[in-house]
Amino acid sequence: MAHAGEIARRSELRDIRSRWLLASPALFIIALASIGPLAVVFVYSFLTPGAYGDVIWEFSPDAWISVFLKRDIFDNTLSLADAHMSIFWRSLRLSFLTTLIALLLGFPTAYFIATRSARTREIWLFLITIPFWTNLLIRTFAIQELIRNEGIVNNLFIKLGLIGEPIQMMFTDFAILLGMAYVYFPLMVLPLYASMEKIDFRLVEAGYDLYATRWRVLRHVIVPLTKPGIIAGSILVFIPTLGAYVTPRVLGGGRNLMMGNLIELQFGQGRNWPLGAALSMTLLAIVLVALMVYVRFAARTGGHNHG
Amino acid sequence: MARRQAFDVRHQSGFPTIALVCFFLLYLPIAALVVYAFNSGSSVAIWEGFSLRWFVAAWNNEQVLEASWRSLRIATCAAFIATAAATMAALATTRTRRYRGLNAKYAFINMPLMVPEIVVSVALLIFFSRIKLATGYTGLGYLIAAHAAFCIPFAYLPIRARLEMTDLTLESAAADLYATPWKAFRWVTLPLLWPGIFAGLMLAFVISLDDVVITEFVKSAGQDTLPTYMLGQLRRAVTPEMNAISTVFLLISVGIVTIFFIVSRKRT
Repeated sequence: MAHAGEIARRSELRDIRSRWLLASPALFIIALASIGPLAVVFVYSFLTPGAYGDVIWEFSPDAWISVFLKRDIFDNTLSLADAHMSIFWRSLRLSFLTTLIALLLGFPTAYFIATRSARTREIWLFLITIPFWTNLLIRTFAIQELIRNEGIVNNLFIKLGLIGEPIQMMFTDFAILLGMAYVYFPLMVLPLYASMEKIDFRLVEAGYDLYATRWRVLRHVIVPLTKPGIIAGSILVFIPTLGAYVTPRVLGGGRNLMMGNLIELQFGQGRNWPLGAALSMTLLAIVLVALMVYVRFAARTGGHNHG
Repeated sequence: MARRQAFDVRHQSGFPTIALVCFFLLYLPIAALVVYAFNSGSSVAIWEGFSLRWFVAAWNNEQVLEASWRSLRIATCAAFIATAAATMAALATTRTRRYRGLNAKYAFINMPLMVPEIVVSVALLIFFSRIKLATGYTGLGYLIAAHAAFCIPFAYLPIRARLEMTDLTLESAAADLYATPWKAFRWVTLPLLWPGIFAGLMLAFVISLDDVVITEFVKSAGQDTLPTYMLGQLRRAVTPEMNAISTVFLLISVGIVTIFFIVSRKRT
């Protein structure tokens, strides 16, 4: 018996080894061209900026200090880096609002899809997926054409006599918000749909049998049952919007920066690679915290639903 | 059923209206974009009549053609590399008992989805600029490697899903009939896996074709792909030529996604 066990154990070990070998190309490519270089960013955030970009290999904590604080040129005192703080704050605020808008509109949309008949459901689902797979830049560009000063909306309003002068919508926080809500909307609907699809409507019926109003059923039956979808959708929208680069660049212009644009600036005109690296690490840290909160929440609601 | 007609428990008042408005708003900007691609005037907001001149202009634009060709080449290479790697990774991580490192593999393969694109872009910019300096090579290899890396999780998803549905006993049957492991894989597993691999390839291709941010940071001078070319153009005065390019781009993406949808529907 012991001998047979030994053979089984060996073949299992061989199996595990061959599995590592099989996985190695994927792991290698990701390590080389996606995740591995993050270590280099971490190192760069502690170096001294070179005069024409890149770095000088000398340790300096300055980049990290200037993420949060700025040094006064005259008396060398440190104070809070207002410019950075306002960009952090804008990023957090816009991402949060985008998530909220996507949730408020996505919830009824997902519910609508989930309550169609099996055949038509697939078509509605397909209609949600199509924009998701079309180029993000093109969708942002489409929004730009709508809201430009000479754009379709302003033209229409002027023709209708509603306004005399075009409303300035481009290069505002509103434009970024609109663009991001538009671009990331499908990412909210899909997970919401996935959890609504599983709803057992006998529970809803039970609610009505107990004389609950539609609002109470929604509030106390449907929303709690959809919680995993709400959490997953929110995280899927919040995280990419926090690091958004294209949408704020196109719709926000040079003044309404978000974190992604601030980072890019350090590698372009700013020529401060260590600061850019430190800002990248800060963004990554915020995202990791958000993900950890998500995992916590997901574990709790998941256990609750199955229990 | 009779009860449902009297009182539909699934109904929530206002929800269908909101949903239909959302669908309308989702397609309105894209529709406007496509419509103005056919404008005969040079405005993207004032309609002056039907014309194909902007499609002709885009077709004759050397830079657009060059960028499109480059996009296709990168996407093709990246999609094939990513799909091959993802297929192997899926075989390595499914249909097994838990073993040490399995969760780590999952996490690592999916990590490109979690880390913000801008952070990866910056990392690649720094890392590749070092390699470029050291080796002197500045070709498309960097872009292909970067694209392959972020395409792997997308290709991995449908292949893994397919594998988990596949019946292991068929392979044991093949082994019982003295098929070598390779033969069993080639003639049993692979044909069963094929729709998943095809779906993964399609997804990877679309994802690579769409990428803006990572390409923008990794590309060397004169290596614009179609999206980065468009991003550069958006800063200038826009003519319907951009709409025409976008329309063709949209058609390609929608075509691929439709094929993907049909293929993945077949398996259920």
